Amino acid sequence: MSASITKAPSEDARLRYVLRLADTSLILGQRLSEWVGHAPALEEDLGVANIALDLIGQARLLLSYAGELEGRGRSEDELAFLRDASEFLNLTLVEQPNGDFGHTLVRQLLVSAFQLELYEALQNSADPRLAEVAAKAVKETRYHVRYSASWVVRLGDGTPDSHARVQAALDELWPFTGELFAEDDVEAAMAVADIAPRAADLKARWSARIDTVLAEATLTRPTDSVFPWHGKRGIHTEHLGYMLAEMQFLQRAYPGAEW
Amino acid sequence: MSLGAEVARADTDWQSQVWRLLGEVKDPEIPILTIMDLGIVRYVRGETRDTLHVGLTPTYSGCPATEVIRTMVEEKLARAGFPGVVVETVLAPPWSSDWITPAARLKLAAYGIAPPAEAVSNPKRLFGAAPIECPRCQSAATRLISEFGSTPCKAHYMCTACLEPFDYFKCI
Repeated sequence: MSASITKAPSEDARLRYVLRLADTSLILGQRLSEWVGHAPALEEDLGVANIALDLIGQARLLLSYAGELEGRGRSEDELAFLRDASEFLNLTLVEQPNGDFGHTLVRQLLVSAFQLELYEALQNSADPRLAEVAAKAVKETRYHVRYSASWVVRLGDGTPDSHARVQAALDELWPFTGELFAEDDVEAAMAVADIAPRAADLKARWSARIDTVLAEATLTRPTDSVFPWHGKRGIHTEHLGYMLAEMQFLQRAYPGAEW
Repeated sequence: MSLGAEVARADTDWQSQVWRLLGEVKDPEIPILTIMDLGIVRYVRGETRDTLHVGLTPTYSGCPATEVIRTMVEEKLARAGFPGVVVETVLAPPWSSDWITPAARLKLAAYGIAPPAEAVSNPKRLFGAAPIECPRCQSAATRLISEFGSTPCKAHYMCTACLEPFDYFKCI
C-alpha cells in the first residue's frame, strides 16, 4: 500500500469499521439464537441455530482483531459482554425483533445478501486480517443466502396468508436497508485505502440479487426510505438495549465468570 | 496427505512422531475421522521438540469442535513428551472440503454420511451440481430436507429410493 497521506486511514477509522462488521454479525447471531427450541420444525431450528453459530464465529474473529486494534488489552468476550448499547456499531436492521419465522427470514435474506457481497469484496482487502476472515466467512454466507432466499420464495409464493405476512415483513424492514449503503467518513476512508469496497458498488450487486429473489417470491420491492438510521454510529432503536440486557446478564451479574 | 498442507519433513524422529500422534486425534463430532483425515492440520514446525508449533484451521468460523480439538491436541502431545507445544489457529487459506482425504471419504460413506459430492475446485461444477448419493443404497434419487444438519458442516437429505434420511457433508 502506498504511504501517501490521502491513502492512510486513521487507526480509529479502521477500528470502527471492524467493530461494525463484528457487531453486525454478533447481534444478528444473538437474535437468531432466540429461535432455538421455538422454530416451526426441527430442521429449521437447526438451520437458524447453525447460521447463528457461523455469525457468532465470524464475530469472535473480528472482535479479537478489534481488541488488538484498540490496544487496550480487551478480549473478544470483554467487547461482547461489557460494552453498552451506544458503543455497539451494528447495523440497525440486525437488532430488530424476530417477529414470525417469515419476518426473521426476510431480515436474514436482506443481511446475508449484503454480507455476501461485502465478504466477496473484502477477500481482496488491503488489510490482510480482514481478507482472511472474509475468505472464510464468504463460504458460510453463501449457504445463509441460499437458505433464507429459499424460504422467502416458499413463503412469498405460498398461500395468500404467507404471502401477505412476508410482504408486510419486507415493508417493515426495508427502511432499515438504507443504512447498509449510506457511506460515511469511516467507510469512505476504508474504501480510499483499498481496505473496503465502495458502498455504491455493493448496492448495485445487492439490489440485483434481492430483485431476483423477490421476483421469484412474487413480492413487491418497497420504495427506499429517506430517513437515515445510525446504528453503525452507535445510535440505536430501543430494541438493542433489551437484547443486551439478556445477552450480557451473566457477565454483569458475575463479572469474570467462566465455565 | 491433504492438499495444501505443508508437507511433513520427516527428517527427525520426533517430527514423524508428532504427525503420527496427530493422526490419532479424532474429530469429537465425527469420531470415525481423525483431524488428519479432515485436512485441518496445517503445519508442524519447530527446530527442536521444545519449540514445537502445530497449526490447525477451523472447518467453520463458529465450529464448537475447534476448541475441543485444540485441547485434545495439546493433551495428546503433552502426554507424549511435548509439554511446551503451541497450537496456533490458521485462517488462511480457508479450509475446504476438498482437503478431506480420499480414504476419509470412504470412511464417511461407510459411517452413513454422504461425502462432499464434488471438488469445490473442479471447474465442471459450473455446469450443474453433481448428484448426492444415498450412503446406504447408493441411489442418486435423493432430496434436500434442510441446508443445515446436525453440525455446521452437514446438510440434511433423504433418499427417495430407500426412504432413509441421512447427513451430507457440504462442499465448501
